[in-house]
Amino acid sequence: MAGATRPEEKPIAPHLSVWRWHVTMASSILHRVTGVGLYGAAIGVALWLMAAAAGPETYAIVDTILSAWYGQIAMYLVIASLAYHLANGIRHLVFDTGAGLTPADADTSAWFAILFAIAAPIGLWALLTFGG
Amino acid sequence: MSNSERSMRTPLGRVRHHGASREGTGHFIAQRVTSVALIILAPWFAVAAALSIRDASYLATIDFISNPINAVGVILLVAIGLYHMSLGMQEVIVDYVLKPSTKVILLFLNVAAPLVLAVGAIFAVLLVNFGV
Repeated sequence: MAGATRPEEKPIAPHLSVWRWHVTMASSILHRVTGVGLYGAAIGVALWLMAAAAGPETYAIVDTILSAWYGQIAMYLVIASLAYHLANGIRHLVFDTGAGLTPADADTSAWFAILFAIAAPIGLWALLTFGG
Repeated sequence: MSNSERSMRTPLGRVRHHGASREGTGHFIAQRVTSVALIILAPWFAVAAALSIRDASYLATIDFISNPINAVGVILLVAIGLYHMSLGMQEVIVDYVLKPSTKVILLFLNVAAPLVLAVGAIFAVLLVNFGV
């Protein structure tokens, strides 16, 4: 411990090129990626509210973007990201209690979060199309 | 560590480069507390907004924000959500940005942007409800 490590020599995680791919690694990376994506989505929600308050002319810009194909793809990705970050966030809260940390349990819950992210946008679309 | 008693290094010199201190626990707790609130707020907003603003039209959006329960929910979502995302992005910046000057600028923006957006979005909700 005598020689303190210089900041630039600290190891940088995760070592993507060193470890073989596994699902818990993907779940961790996806949590960060979806988190950063939702940062953008939250900025969008804030701008959406401000555009609504600004009046119909300003809101028309939002309407145009959301109705366009890229807006629809963005909405799909936002819902999928939200579903993943939600499911994996709950998974991490369970981890914080000390439960579910065995490799088998962590693998299963990681797959569950990924499958939920795929199912949730389809479920919401089905609710909008066939429900109510 | 065995010869630390006889070391000429000062205590400050020894702890330097061994990581930040003092505020980690508060960050950890705040991130988890906000995440628990968002488990309820985020899915509620996604489903409620999608069901009542199907076509993203101006009038449907104003109707949604004008409902008192929706207004309170959206204000809570914006305040807690933007705080949570700022905490998360802070972690990402600290992990990946090594250049001190860039890191400080990004950390500043990561505090300023969510704050400005939160105040703007909450004011927008109030304006829609109480504005002339």
